[in-house]
Amino acid sequence: MRIVVLVKAVPIVGNERLGDDHRVDRAGGLEANGNDEYTLEAALKLTEAHGGDVTLLTMGPPPAAEALRKGLAMGAARAVHVSDPALAGSDARATATVLAAALRRLEYDLVFVGADTSDGLGGVIAPWLAALLGLPYLSYGSRIEPGPDGTTIQVRRLGARGYDLLEAPLPALVMGTQVLGEPRYPSLRGIMQARSKEIAGWSLADLGIAPETVGAGAAGSRVTSTALPPPRAGATIVRDAPDAAVAQVVDFLAARRLI
Amino acid sequence: MPGAIWAIAELDDDGQPTRLAQEVATLARGLAGTAGTDAAGVVLGAGEATVQAAGTALAAYLPVVLTVDVPAAAGHATAAAFAPALAALVLDRKPAAVLVGASPDGKDLAGALAALLDRVVLVNAAAVRWTDGAPRVEMSTFGGRLVTQSLPTVDEVLILVRPGSTTAEPAARPGVVTAVTPAVTDALPLVRVVERVAAEAAAASIDDARIIVAGGRGVGGPDGFGVIRDLADALGGAVGATRAVVDAGWIAYSQQIGQTGKIVKPALYMAVGISGAIQHKVGMQTSGTIVAINRDPDAPIVEFADLVVIGDLFEIVPRLTAALRARQA
Repeated sequence: MRIVVLVKAVPIVGNERLGDDHRVDRAGGLEANGNDEYTLEAALKLTEAHGGDVTLLTMGPPPAAEALRKGLAMGAARAVHVSDPALAGSDARATATVLAAALRRLEYDLVFVGADTSDGLGGVIAPWLAALLGLPYLSYGSRIEPGPDGTTIQVRRLGARGYDLLEAPLPALVMGTQVLGEPRYPSLRGIMQARSKEIAGWSLADLGIAPETVGAGAAGSRVTSTALPPPRAGATIVRDAPDAAVAQVVDFLAARRLI
Repeated sequence: MPGAIWAIAELDDDGQPTRLAQEVATLARGLAGTAGTDAAGVVLGAGEATVQAAGTALAAYLPVVLTVDVPAAAGHATAAAFAPALAALVLDRKPAAVLVGASPDGKDLAGALAALLDRVVLVNAAAVRWTDGAPRVEMSTFGGRLVTQSLPTVDEVLILVRPGSTTAEPAARPGVVTAVTPAVTDALPLVRVVERVAAEAAAASIDDARIIVAGGRGVGGPDGFGVIRDLADALGGAVGATRAVVDAGWIAYSQQIGQTGKIVKPALYMAVGISGAIQHKVGMQTSGTIVAINRDPDAPIVEFADLVVIGDLFEIVPRLTAALRARQA
């Protein structure tokens, strides 16, 4: 089973900032998006149990390679890093177009994507890619298993009231959640081996994409202003004994018409 | 006159528009009023009777509701079934803005629809206002640390609207429901639903809850969530949780709030035994009022709460529940 796992290198949560151009500043520290390591773990477990290997794919500036190195140390076989100065400021449409072009050049049975990214929260790239590539799309996966005869994939899709068991023929695109299970830590051996694994660098020219169709200039929206959210007034601290404290909470909630 | 503003309605398990769908419909109506254009709702579902009933319910909020019967949606994941029909309808009638609620199903649908239409999507809208002839989208960025305003650079857009953008309010008089049959040309691969499995005890959804009572490590174990559930019941709210306690298996992932869980914006957020680490904070800090109950006066949550009770949650929370129940009696 050949699985391509999409990894997005996002600014370290809590340290994100916008640059002067109103775009997410990616010059600081980057880490793999939270949910992406869960889908990578699921992909590694599947290939360990059923054969095959894992290819990582990212689109991002040069520092995004760190997230790929970690994924290689966890056990992925190889990585592809799509990077081009013209990609800076790309919107969801350009991102989906570029990733689809990269996936068309790779061989796979499955594509894994993590649910939502912490720096954008769009959650639309996975279904967008599936539609562009004509792949069945199985989302919000909490468990991923090959179907009974090996030609299909079965995914438990989390819902508000339980889950739906989905099934589709391969190749398919699966979006996964944290419920897939905790990612492993890279072993020392894995880290050593990762040094000799290949990270292929692809530019827009390699993908046959015109630079003017992506990036900030082609984005479908522009940020017109940014502001800090209105500050909270500062907390009222209650240190009274339980009964007196509870009375204060009730009064506070009543004054705000919350009860 | 600009093109119409559409609201795409998501239906719940009983076939009724969700609260998010009602909010999106109300938002579309308000935007169209400001823009001087038409507002319409679209209901997609499997079965004529289903979409007719849902369309009638949605027409409480909008002057026009189009219903589309998509037989393939029965027994299949909905996004791939709905998107081609909706794309055909959009191409035929050319609305200026298509608003979709940013639920899991809504995001799946919007992504597939954007691909079919090759159209711009503005995601994560906390508010939308019509200004300068275009929908201006307010986004809460980086877990609420920054508020940005964006304008589309093109005339026709999709907008994913988060819960809580507006308060759902019916229109003065109900609208007209019309069944339509779009001429579908594209198709997406359908994904079969083999079975639907209900959770043993489905908890109230945190997605659009007005009040959330959330527990963290401080509750001590799965049994500790008993006092959290009782308080949520007394307040008519839903139970939330941090990633640590979900990873520990004390409560289901569906209730997780934060970076890898859900982003919520209730009117009242009660954080019980929650320290307020950044990964949790990004999921809840735009809540209306934040009340924290914690033993540690130096916990990070103190910095962004409105009221903090320092003490033992097991002494405070049951008393608070009792006081609220006594008040209601």
